[in-house]
Amino acid sequence: MQEAMTFTPQLAASPVAGMVWLIPAVPIAASGVIALLKQPMRKTSAALAIGSLFFSLLLAICAFTHVLLGWMHGEAIRETVNFTWIHVGSTNVDLGWVLDPLSAVMLVMVAFVGLLIFIYSVGYMAHDENYTRFFCFLSLFAGAMLGVVISNSLLLLFMCWELVGLTSYLLIGFWYQKPTASAAAKKAFLTTRVGDIFFLLGMVWLFSQTGTLLFYNNGVGSIEPLALVGLLGQHAGLGMSAAGAIALLIFAGAAGKSGQFPLHVWLPDAMEGPTPVSALIHAATMVAAGVYLVARVYPLMQAGALAGGSTTALAVVTWVGAFTAVFAALIAVAQNDIKRILAYSTVSQLGYMMAGLGMGGVAVGMFHLITHAFFKALLFMGAGSVIHGCHEEQDIRHMGGLRKSMKLTFATYAIGMLALCGFPLLFSGFWSKDGILEAARHWPLSQMPSHMLVFGAMLTAFYMTRQVCYAFFGSYRGHAKVHESPRVMTTPLAILAFFAIALGAIGTPAWPWFASFLNGKTATLELSAFGEHGFLLLMLTSAYVVFLGLGFGWLLYGNRSPKAEEADVLEQRIPLLWKAMSNRFWIDEFYGFTFIAFYSWWGKVANWLDRRVWGGLVTLVAGTFRLWAHINRFLDTNIVDGSFDKGCEELASGGGLLARVQSGRVQAYLRILALAVAVLAALLIWSSRA
Amino acid sequence: MNPLVAYLTVAAMLFAIGLAGALTRRNAILVLIGIELMLNAANLNLIAFWRYGPHPEALTGFMFAIFSIAVAAAEAAVGLGLVIQVHRHAHSTDLDAMNRMKG
Repeated sequence: MQEAMTFTPQLAASPVAGMVWLIPAVPIAASGVIALLKQPMRKTSAALAIGSLFFSLLLAICAFTHVLLGWMHGEAIRETVNFTWIHVGSTNVDLGWVLDPLSAVMLVMVAFVGLLIFIYSVGYMAHDENYTRFFCFLSLFAGAMLGVVISNSLLLLFMCWELVGLTSYLLIGFWYQKPTASAAAKKAFLTTRVGDIFFLLGMVWLFSQTGTLLFYNNGVGSIEPLALVGLLGQHAGLGMSAAGAIALLIFAGAAGKSGQFPLHVWLPDAMEGPTPVSALIHAATMVAAGVYLVARVYPLMQAGALAGGSTTALAVVTWVGAFTAVFAALIAVAQNDIKRILAYSTVSQLGYMMAGLGMGGVAVGMFHLITHAFFKALLFMGAGSVIHGCHEEQDIRHMGGLRKSMKLTFATYAIGMLALCGFPLLFSGFWSKDGILEAARHWPLSQMPSHMLVFGAMLTAFYMTRQVCYAFFGSYRGHAKVHESPRVMTTPLAILAFFAIALGAIGTPAWPWFASFLNGKTATLELSAFGEHGFLLLMLTSAYVVFLGLGFGWLLYGNRSPKAEEADVLEQRIPLLWKAMSNRFWIDEFYGFTFIAFYSWWGKVANWLDRRVWGGLVTLVAGTFRLWAHINRFLDTNIVDGSFDKGCEELASGGGLLARVQSGRVQAYLRILALAVAVLAALLIWSSRA
Repeated sequence: MNPLVAYLTVAAMLFAIGLAGALTRRNAILVLIGIELMLNAANLNLIAFWRYGPHPEALTGFMFAIFSIAVAAAEAAVGLGLVIQVHRHAHSTDLDAMNRMKG
């Protein structure tokens, strides 16, 4: 049996927890230094970025070991270091960081995957002119993301969250000369901002109710039982307590960052950035920040749940996640850009994570997050290697037969693809996805998400098979000569491929180490768990579904080598559905016709109001005064006589002399001002002495 | 050192840096940045005098600084707007190129 440990509040933070702040601080400092470097100092910048992240990784491993040792001694570690940031009147705004199993696992994952992608970037960006700028942004991103992970305060988390959003914007628009890239960057920034507004509202509400934004603070933090009881007592309308409403607002922020429907539109466009960026930010880490946020505020989401039951907030998370999972998988079937397929696959997998969080709790969602981070980074970097090898070709219809010319890339890509599909037993994706399906099967509210997720799993296997068949099988349909990528790019692939397989071992039902670690329980090896609750049946179902998807894919696309111009096999069979899927269900167009059209209409209205109504009023007033002025002039010239003019002339010549001082050179004015200030200061000092 | 003196010294240095920047740079944006630095030096003085003055609980200096920051933001917006207009006109942000407004 598993025995539960309780998170005991600590009196003083251990030295390990005390230095956790260095983990994000070092890469941010490195990015500051890189920002000052000159453009040709390429090696220094790369070395600084990689070195600083390596240092962070070492510290993260230290922190993780600390938590692990505590866990093995039977105590669940949750150490926080809090300090007051702003102190106004009687109100304090506190910030702080936390070291617990959740943040420790994320720290190691982000730092490790980030480091591999940094190394890979050395090869991928080798020909880019703005190499130093790239590493500056990348380093800033890594620091900000690690900051999100360690935050013990919703406010600090929000700040790092926005920093992450900023670097995402900067990196998507890294090739800002391309109009598509700069448009995609703006779209990403604005779309996530929609979610962030709700996040901010939720945060302000939480602060006004509980008076603190710290998560854990020895019993008086905002998501600890004391505060939750107070929040549950407040009614927010629609049958929800304040806790539920705040949780939903925060989830809206998470949905924006994690590309959940209906805020998913930015993520596929974000593929305009360099491929390492897609791998690091838009697949492995940043988009997972939303999932992490939900996991972090899970007590808030869960507040008020009956035993084994669900809450409104969790139900919303589940439905949004499950819908996104199927929706994005459908779109991924009909895309031709190698990175876009992966992007929609990411959206779909993030949906799985959200659904896992909603139905199964923190450990289920987080386990999929961690395994997904490894195999999706692997897939993206494999795609980057393919693009690099095919000379910037991204359309899978112009690839084909690459398994012969890019052997290592093919082998690692295949591993990533099988992990993503959830190929039975061997691969990590199978275990993490099964955890979610298992949770869905036991969900008390409805069985619908379970069916949706199983269908999504089949689609996943199908579209990945389609992509691999197009890119790696058949014969080559492009023109440029294909070459394998350099070692600096393939080595990270191999390392990630190893983890895409090995990570499965920590989350099998027989030895649920990961879940026990996160929940503060002891892990035991129980092979009998495979037989429990019809789990074998579930495993068989999911394996069956995966083979179905793989089989269909191979049947339709395997070794066909279709011509590049030829319509897709599915397009010939189901043209209508295909049209909808390849046009992404016209969501972007829908936004274009509604929100964007509304704003542009409103802009026109405001412009018209400005020009006609206000402008008209101003013209009217001006006209009245001009008329008055004309009358005055007439009176002046005819009644005020020449003697007055003479006096005026004298004055004018005097004014002309003075006017020379006004040279039109702004800096001359500034200098006179500065001189006057200096004289004034001298006078004051002199007079005070006397 | 007395903390008030320390804050005032930092503020004076900040002011001097801003002044030097505003006087020596010819790029309008950098001059604006210099002016912002000087403004913030003044803000720092306000806060320091409030905090170490006779009535730190009254929040007057604090409110004044917030007010001043808001005004500075408005000023920066107007300033940058002017710079953009001038740039459209003269295709340059060099202050020496903007010498047509004279008596």
